This record gives sequence, structure tokens and C-alpha cells, in this order.
Amino acid sequence: MKRAMTIAEKILAAHAGMESVEPGQLVEVTVDLALGNDITAPLAIKTFRKAGIGSVFDKDRIALVADHFTPNKDIKSAEQAKVLRDFSCEHGIVHHYDGGETGVEHVLLPEKGLVLPGDVVIGADSHTCTYGAMGAFATGVGSTDLAATMMTGKTWFKVPRSKKFVYTGELLPWVGGKDLILYTIGKIGVDGALYIAMEFTGPVIDSLPMADRFTMSNMAIEAGGKAGLISPDQITLDYVRPRAGRDFTVFASDESADYADVTEFDCSTIEPQVAFPHLPENTRGISEVGDIPLDQVVIGSCTNGRIEDLALAAEVIAGYRVAENLRLIVLPTTPGVYAEAMERGYLKTFLESGAVIGPPTCGPCLGGHMGILAKGERALATTNRNFVGRMGHPESEVYLSNPAVAAASAVLGRIGSPDELR
Amino acid sequence: MKIKGRAWKFGENIDTDVIIPARYLNTSDPAELAKHCMEDADPDLAAKIAAGDVIVAGRNFGCGSSREHAPIALKAAGIGCVIAPTFARIFYRNAFNMGLPIFECSDIEDAVSQGDVLEIDGDTGEISNLTTGRRLKAQPIPAFMQELIADGGLIPHVLKKFEKSSSCGS
Repeated sequence: MKRAMTIAEKILAAHAGMESVEPGQLVEVTVDLALGNDITAPLAIKTFRKAGIGSVFDKDRIALVADHFTPNKDIKSAEQAKVLRDFSCEHGIVHHYDGGETGVEHVLLPEKGLVLPGDVVIGADSHTCTYGAMGAFATGVGSTDLAATMMTGKTWFKVPRSKKFVYTGELLPWVGGKDLILYTIGKIGVDGALYIAMEFTGPVIDSLPMADRFTMSNMAIEAGGKAGLISPDQITLDYVRPRAGRDFTVFASDESADYADVTEFDCSTIEPQVAFPHLPENTRGISEVGDIPLDQVVIGSCTNGRIEDLALAAEVIAGYRVAENLRLIVLPTTPGVYAEAMERGYLKTFLESGAVIGPPTCGPCLGGHMGILAKGERALATTNRNFVGRMGHPESEVYLSNPAVAAASAVLGRIGSPDELR
Repeated sequence: MKIKGRAWKFGENIDTDVIIPARYLNTSDPAELAKHCMEDADPDLAAKIAAGDVIVAGRNFGCGSSREHAPIALKAAGIGCVIAPTFARIFYRNAFNMGLPIFECSDIEDAVSQGDVLEIDGDTGEISNLTTGRRLKAQPIPAFMQELIADGGLIPHVLKKFEKSSSCGS
């Protein structure tokens, strides 16, 4: 009888051309999409050139996205973005994004329909795990692994063990995917899922919109996870079908699949979460935050810069002004998100509140540009990491939250709940 | 393979932003990256490192981003190897691919103080604290992986093999 498998195992087996695989097994798999950005792709391209293989495995299955330091912040960054442009031109890379076409990679590629359920995706970016939300096996790798895949269209994996996380109960107001994943990381720690394929399930996930699912899978890496998967359902298909340019396969875990661990969370008691410096696991419920004055609030990133996130932030901040001496920076993540935010009037709302609206870029999330913190400054961000020096000076601080709490906090001048504005 | 040097100690969850802050990722030049290695944890470390020195850290070393610049910076700064109870997944693979040896050893933090002189034998996985006389065991590094490290990482290793096979043709 065929072994009962998790969704992660099924996808890897299908791409290895095998009937079944089991945790610990080494497999060589075909890759549906390989991606790199303006930080990691130049190294991969250097390696690719050094190897002298000639052509890429498939010019339609490689995505090169200039998004981290774009619009180019200095000469060196401009040189790096140029490496992507030159290479894309030379090899006819179809999915090269720069200038007015570019956006934050992990929002842009699903939006373009380039990642689909059942895919194996590797990316030289740790947040590649975002696509697990669509039921793809997606994981971050280094530039050398990306280079090898660009040559061969393949990579190797050790099949990870899977851990199941079951979310039950009713969500409290202002609680979404960001709060669920921060809460989870708070419980299991930043290495609680080291090498593990996390699988998010349960009635709460079943009714969770795609944007929130992307946020959850996006932060699987912050628990050390190799992937963060959600089995596709009608919500997934409604998102994917209008975008998909090729066929795809939907996989789901077998009822009797083997998990290293099953953890159930009753969401009825989970408040909006805030992660304190300097690790995403340092989480507290919003009622336990205390008085944390802020210098800056950032709304954006591959974690929470989608149109749904901007909608939530705009709803909270409409009619209010940003607190004195606080900088609110809003970064729509793709040209599509930007255009929709404009059409729906969100950008006007943000401008009227006193926000700065930037271009689609990773920018301040990684301390790149467009919102760097000075010594001693404190920011609340809808991003994914609050490591030492992550957003600027090593003696600055980053707190993490959902977009509603971020918008409310920008008005309050300290970390607080949207309920405090009403 | 033998590595000998002083130990520089760090805590748990040393992330890739600490190993090489993103503000320096507008280049991939190893010498440039080396200057800023571990800067946000110890601003003077790069200047203090002698070739072969060892980083001893707590669990989950290298968590965070997938940047290969992290092992590149450590290696170019002169670090001979990193020893920690566990490593983050992407860093683990990147380190070997860049030719930086790393060893998993659960008791390493208790057995080593800042500045102790360590000798690591890659063939046996034996870690000797020459300052205290204490000995510990890690997984040895297999021959193929030692060769890969000696070649300077995965790509030089693979290219060397290509050269060998093409030069012994007809």
C-alpha cells in the first residue's frame, strides 16, 4: 500500500518522480520556479558565469526581481541591479522585474501567477516559504544553490519531517494571520520548527483569506521552518485560477499522514500580538505591551504589504493624524497593489494622515533604505524580523505587529490597539 | 583537516543580520564584507580576528536571511570554523557551499570561555580546548566534504572535477 503522506512529502515525491518519499530521504527534484533578487542573484550569476555552462535551464522558469535596494539607493546597488538586467537581456529571462514593473518578490510572483499550487520553488531569499500558502513546496536557499538550479532546473532536498499546527475557535477583533503566526513563534521559539515543514490547518485557517495565509507562511522561516504549507481549498483556487498561466496540481495531506508533532491553538484567547526586540519569538498580547513610544511606523513588506493590509491600515487611520514627531512610512508592495490602493482612495487617506508613501521596495525592512533608524530610535513595523540593527543603527529597536495595530500606533505615538482610537 | 585558534564567544540565535548587516549587502566582495563581520555584536571583532580563530555560539546560529554573504564574511575575516549546538538550515548549507567548516556540538558553550585556544580535528570531529584540557566530540567532516572545503567551496570543487575529467580525455 502507498505510504500516507503530508502535502510536503507528496509535492516532493511528485517532483522526484517517485511514488512516495519519507522524512530523512534525500531526493533530487525538478524545480518549477527559481528566483533571486538584487542582493542574492548577482552572486548566483557570478557563479553561473564562472561555471561556463552557457544557457539557463529554462528562461521562463527563472525570476529575477530587483526589490531590496530599489530604486537603486547608491552606486553599488545600481551595479547589482545592472547585473540582473544584463544577465536577463543576455539569456532572455522572461520574468525580470525592475523599474516601474518591480515589486516585493513574494507579493509580486503570486500576483503574476508565476507560482502555483503543487509547485516546487526555490528562492535565494529566506521568505520564499511564503508560497506555502498556495500549497507549494517553497524554500529559501543560498546563491550557490540558486546558480546550480539555474543551470540544471533541479535541486536536492532532505525530505523534512512535518509538524501540524491546528487553529480552532473564533478570532478576536483585529486578529489576523500576522497575530496567529507571531503567537505560534512565541510559543515554539525561533528554532521551534528548525528543518521542519510546518503545516497550518484547522477551521480558522479554512476561513482565512489568502493575504493572511501568505503572512503566516511567510514567517515560517522565523521559526526555523523549511516550509510553511496550507493545503489548497476554494479560497486558494479563487485566487489562483484567474492568474495561472499553466496547469497545476493540488495536493493535500492524507488523513493518516505521519507528523513529528501536532499542536492545537485555541484562537479565542489570542489578542493582536506584538514581537519585542530582538527576536520574533518575544511576543506579547497587545494588552500587555505597556508604554512603548515610537519614532517610526512602517507598513509594507512581503509579510504585510498587500492590498488587504493597506485596506485594514487605511480603515483604522482614516480621519486621524499621525502623532507629532512620528514618521509613518507606507510601502505598497507591487505596482498592482499601488494602483489598487490609489483607486480605492487608501493613498489619499494615508497622505491626509501625514504618512510618507514610498515605492514598492523591501527598503527599510532589512535596513536597506527609505526609513532607516537613528541610534536609540524605535519603530513598529508590519515586517518579519526585529533582529539587532535590522532597520538601521545597532542601538535602534524594531517591534512587529499587524497592519491595524501599526496604523493605530502611528496615531497614538506609542504601541496601542485600534480600539483605543474609538 | 586541523583548525587551531582562539575562541570568540557569542550567544543563541545569532542571526545573519548580526553576522553581516544588510546595509553592507550592496557588494559581494569578500574583503569588503569581512570588514563588517559580526559588527553589530562586536564592532571591533573583524580587526581582532587572527586567521584560524573559531566562533563558538549558542543554538540556532545563522538564523534569518538566506544571504550567502554571511559565511563569506566569516571566512574572509579569517574564521577557521564555527561551533554551535545547532545551525539554522539555510546557513548550514551555505557554510559548506562557501567552504566554511562548521561543527555541531551540544556541550560547546559550557566547555569554552572567551579566548580559550581550541584545536579541531575535522577527520575525527574531536574538539580540544588547549587552555583547559577539556575534549569534546562533534561529527567528523567526511572526506568528500573536506575536499570541497579545501577547494574553496562547492563551485570551485565542481569546476575542479570538470577540469580533471576533461583533461584526461582522448
